[in-house]
Amino acid sequence: MAQSNPIISIQQVGKSYGAFRAIEDISLDIEHGEFFSLLGASGCGKTTLLRMLAGLEDVTDGEILIDGAPMSGVPPFRRPVNMVFQSYAIFPHLNVADNIGYGLRKQRLPKDKRNEMIDEMLSLVMLEGYGDRRANQLSGGQRQRIALARALIMKPKVLLLDEPLGALDKQLREQMQLELRRLQQTLGITFVFVTHDQEEALTLSDRIAVMSGGDVLQMDTPTGLYERPRNRQIASFIGNMNFMDGKVMSRDGAMASVRIDGIGNLDVLAEGTALCEGDRACVAIRPEKLSVHTSKPESGQMIEGTVEMMTYLGERSHLHIRVPGLDRPLAISVQNSTIQTGAEDKASRPVWLTWSNGALITLKGE
Amino acid sequence: MSKGTYIARPNRTLQIYACLFLIVLYTPVLFIPLFSFNDSIYVRFPLTGFTTNWYVDLMSRQSVWHAMWNSIRVGVFVSIVSTILGVMAARAITRRKLPGQNAIIGFVMLPLVIPGIIFGVALLVLLSRMGVTLSLNTVALGHLIVCMPFSVATLLPRFEGMDRSMEEASADLGENGWWTFWRVTFPLVLPGIIASLLLTFTVSFDEFIMAFFLSSTDSTLPMYIWSQLRFPREFPTILALSSLILMVSFALVFVALWINRMGLNDEDALS
Repeated sequence: MAQSNPIISIQQVGKSYGAFRAIEDISLDIEHGEFFSLLGASGCGKTTLLRMLAGLEDVTDGEILIDGAPMSGVPPFRRPVNMVFQSYAIFPHLNVADNIGYGLRKQRLPKDKRNEMIDEMLSLVMLEGYGDRRANQLSGGQRQRIALARALIMKPKVLLLDEPLGALDKQLREQMQLELRRLQQTLGITFVFVTHDQEEALTLSDRIAVMSGGDVLQMDTPTGLYERPRNRQIASFIGNMNFMDGKVMSRDGAMASVRIDGIGNLDVLAEGTALCEGDRACVAIRPEKLSVHTSKPESGQMIEGTVEMMTYLGERSHLHIRVPGLDRPLAISVQNSTIQTGAEDKASRPVWLTWSNGALITLKGE
Repeated sequence: MSKGTYIARPNRTLQIYACLFLIVLYTPVLFIPLFSFNDSIYVRFPLTGFTTNWYVDLMSRQSVWHAMWNSIRVGVFVSIVSTILGVMAARAITRRKLPGQNAIIGFVMLPLVIPGIIFGVALLVLLSRMGVTLSLNTVALGHLIVCMPFSVATLLPRFEGMDRSMEEASADLGENGWWTFWRVTFPLVLPGIIASLLLTFTVSFDEFIMAFFLSSTDSTLPMYIWSQLRFPREFPTILALSSLILMVSFALVFVALWINRMGLNDEDALS
């Protein structure tokens, strides 16, 4: 990615409310045309950071550059960004068309031109013919689209979205996710998207910054975050993960050999970590990366255990495998690619677990 | 089985009490219009006959019209000024985290509970010390103090009920504070503003004590009534005038409450 000319450059930005530090010196760049998500639990500072980009919150220290221009002291109404609010903030006293055209006043457009732009936006968000409706005649999903259209008509350099799908039910949310992605790709505008839903962030984003306690824990692509989480906190926040504590026996380039009590030595990917012989390490693997065998495989590394519990979830089943030496059972997710009859109760049967090369990763031990 | 829920179950004793309460509260007031149509200068039963003469007599008096005009002028001025001040106060209280916010609200509301006679005397002393001559202007000043709590109490819930992100959205869409106020804040609080105008006008129109202390020869309508009470022969005419004032006041307050509530319900439907 071109590091030379980011659309947004956040440079050591911090925010304090009295003694409380809401944002710890964050530095990050967002590139042109990127779909960038700020992901974190509530209270992690993601919304505060977004509101700082919009100019709705003051920046205590550091500087935010948007398209190269420093933004400190620039009020929200002079920033080249627009926002979709969590509550949508549709003006109840205006109809749909006037809501969408709200920001056009300063451009002093002739009426025809203005109506044309509004109609264009209405069709972009698939609400043709809704211009005369009043805001209180609209459903949540429709209000959401109007909030989008009202921001997009301003042709912002960056669109800021504050949990815009949070208030919608599951089906509508999935439909809106697709639409958001489509809009972002057709318009080529940079989106900065705040969410607490990790699945949503993985689905939509080019890059994700995982936030906690006012700090960015890791910033990466969805695959990067999922496959190479930097630490245990991120690994357990994004998806599910099995952890096994052990000790590094030897280190050889990208690979390390880690000894886990009760299991033995495992070859583990340690790329990008500074682990060396004698360090405590945490070995991690995703539930879907383990395969289950009912007879012992002929070769390769494996973990032996017994089935403790099996849960049928339709498209997949979850198994808990008790492994001697581990204090928690390993969670495994298997695709139900054959018809399940309910007779596959494998409880307390011995099984062997294998994995493909590189699926076992290490995180720094605690 | 009873149709009501546990909380809404009808209670006969309470219903009777409520009816009695309303009767005791408003019966004396109902005597005023009743006797204003009675064909006798004495207020006593039995009624002697129906007449509208007292109203006709009232309409023909120059001094009544003059006093009414004074009351309207003071009322209009006071309602507009106190509503503007009320809007600014309500906005400041809800939009900024002011230190000692509750104390400020308390001070604004204080005139509701301080006896008017104390405020009246205090203002009279102050104004005469400053060498200000009494006139309708000084009456208006007194009424402003009396009306501010009503204006703030009507407007504050409006501003509090407004979603803060409305104003933020306007700023985000390129409008500065001034335009945001006129394009978003003002239309959203408009029902409250109208209610405040009507309510403060009524309060000023009916106010007596401040007017008593602070007016000179130009009297307001309540002052006129007071001055006519000395003449027993005028009493039925005063009853007629009082009936009219009652009616207008009831109507204005009713409309004010209705507009204010209508607006609030509208917003409920939206959120």
